[in-house]
Amino acid sequence: MRDTVTTPALPLGDDALILSHRLGEWAGQAPVLEEEVALANIALDLLGQARVLLSLAGDEDELAYLREEREFRNLQLVEQPNGDFAHTIARQLYFSTYQELLFEQLADGDTELAPLAGKAVKEVAYHRDHATQWTLRLGDGTDESRTRMQHALDALWRFTGEMFEPVPGLESLPWATFHDVWTTRITATVEQATLRLPEGPQRGAWTAGAGRQGLHTEPFGRLLAEMQHLHRSHPGATW
Amino acid sequence: MTTIAPEEAAQEAAFDATVAADERIEPRDWMPEAYRSTLVRQIAQHAHSEIIGMQPEANWITRAPSLRRKAILMAKVQDEAGHGLYLYSAAETLGASRDELLDKLHTGRQKYSSIFNYPTLTWADVGAIGWLVDGAAITNQVPLCRCSYGPYARAMVRVCKEESFHQRQGYELLLTLSRGTDAQHAMAQDAVDRWWWPSLMMFGPPDDESSHSAQSMAWKIKRHSNDELRQRFVDICVPQAEALGLTLPDPDLVWNEDRGHYDFGSIDWTEFREVLKGNGPCNEQRINRRRRAHEEGAWVREAAAAHAAKHGKAGR
Repeated sequence: MRDTVTTPALPLGDDALILSHRLGEWAGQAPVLEEEVALANIALDLLGQARVLLSLAGDEDELAYLREEREFRNLQLVEQPNGDFAHTIARQLYFSTYQELLFEQLADGDTELAPLAGKAVKEVAYHRDHATQWTLRLGDGTDESRTRMQHALDALWRFTGEMFEPVPGLESLPWATFHDVWTTRITATVEQATLRLPEGPQRGAWTAGAGRQGLHTEPFGRLLAEMQHLHRSHPGATW
Repeated sequence: MTTIAPEEAAQEAAFDATVAADERIEPRDWMPEAYRSTLVRQIAQHAHSEIIGMQPEANWITRAPSLRRKAILMAKVQDEAGHGLYLYSAAETLGASRDELLDKLHTGRQKYSSIFNYPTLTWADVGAIGWLVDGAAITNQVPLCRCSYGPYARAMVRVCKEESFHQRQGYELLLTLSRGTDAQHAMAQDAVDRWWWPSLMMFGPPDDESSHSAQSMAWKIKRHSNDELRQRFVDICVPQAEALGLTLPDPDLVWNEDRGHYDFGSIDWTEFREVLKGNGPCNEQRINRRRRAHEEGAWVREAAAAHAAKHGKAGR
């Protein structure tokens, strides 16, 4: 295992990289052509963020393609499979609402992340708006869409607590406030969508902060196998 | 026998004059019914090709070997969705609806370009599609920027700009592979070997067998014959292949001083017709995946429509 990289750019870069990858899996399969464009747009924004952040931590391709599963520091939330469109939207709503709060704060700070955060926060505001609008449509649409949207919010709820574990190197940020504001915003959207806020625990019994410590869920190994296979099959090659 | 009303005769004369003067027919102008239906068929087929064409390339998004390549490929596939959007919009100016056209695609009543019925087996195929398939598409489409129907011509101006970017990235991808390791070079050569002949078939059947060509030429929807465009494409590709350090899989490819063009071997039209009929390697896979995406997305579209109806907004 290579030296542990300690910059917070790594976990935040991993979040963006892995969520971008998941959104990329939608290409050619979105429910409507406009969403092909929108989901690809979000995926591209996130990939752009990932490339800047990973480059702060080291070589972007080495980090993306040559690390083992336990070396990735992304949230378990972002590695969760796409599921149906409602799951993808719920994941995006939870994550973008969090990322917006985090990046707003980082943009105002003086860390090496400030320039990226300042630029990305505008993109993320769009991602959050996109997810919010779809949560409203699906929640307050048909009976089927309401059931699916509620189910998706419930299913992913237990991966949301991890977001508020302080990222190593960013302990001074107001994490408890992030959690409060996040909950207020999600509650407002969910209620407007005529849905209910999930009630269960926000973390599994043994997974508190786990993704940030390199402990991931089963689907993540397959994601990495697919993502890294070609690069690893040609060691040292240039692409 | 029907008699043509004097009013209609005047409209037809105005239409003919507009076409003859190389001016544009616009959605509100009168046009012969056959002109309208020819355009709807052609634009729809083009739009369908864009959205089916996303599949072979999307096949490699999750495996792209560097983050830079992944970003380029995602952007390219996104462009294709965008092309689909404005081509369907162009068809809608002729009175067709996107839903109706998609339904025709899903039920096999309208076609898409046969080239997308070939598989993308390696990463190099992404480069070969960019260089050859997008290259052939540009050769076909640049003349369409002067097509007599305004909305289509304007859509093609934008499409061609983006396609020419796609073509360059495909060429650059192949160049990197060709100059890379032996395994990468072999991967590039294999991809070009598989995509060369299908790319030549993209220009359609030979001129003497092309059923729609003559009328489309007269209407200035089409400006050059299939064989002319095919020759133009071959002439462009040969020196590019040399610069890439790759060979084209045709022993009969040779410069003909008298014609001022490259001669090339005969195309296997049996394969072309078979793929067109549905017997290509991926016909079923492509259309099934498209249908599945549409069916699985039905509840989402219904929800959007229901929400819009409740809240007094236009649905998608």
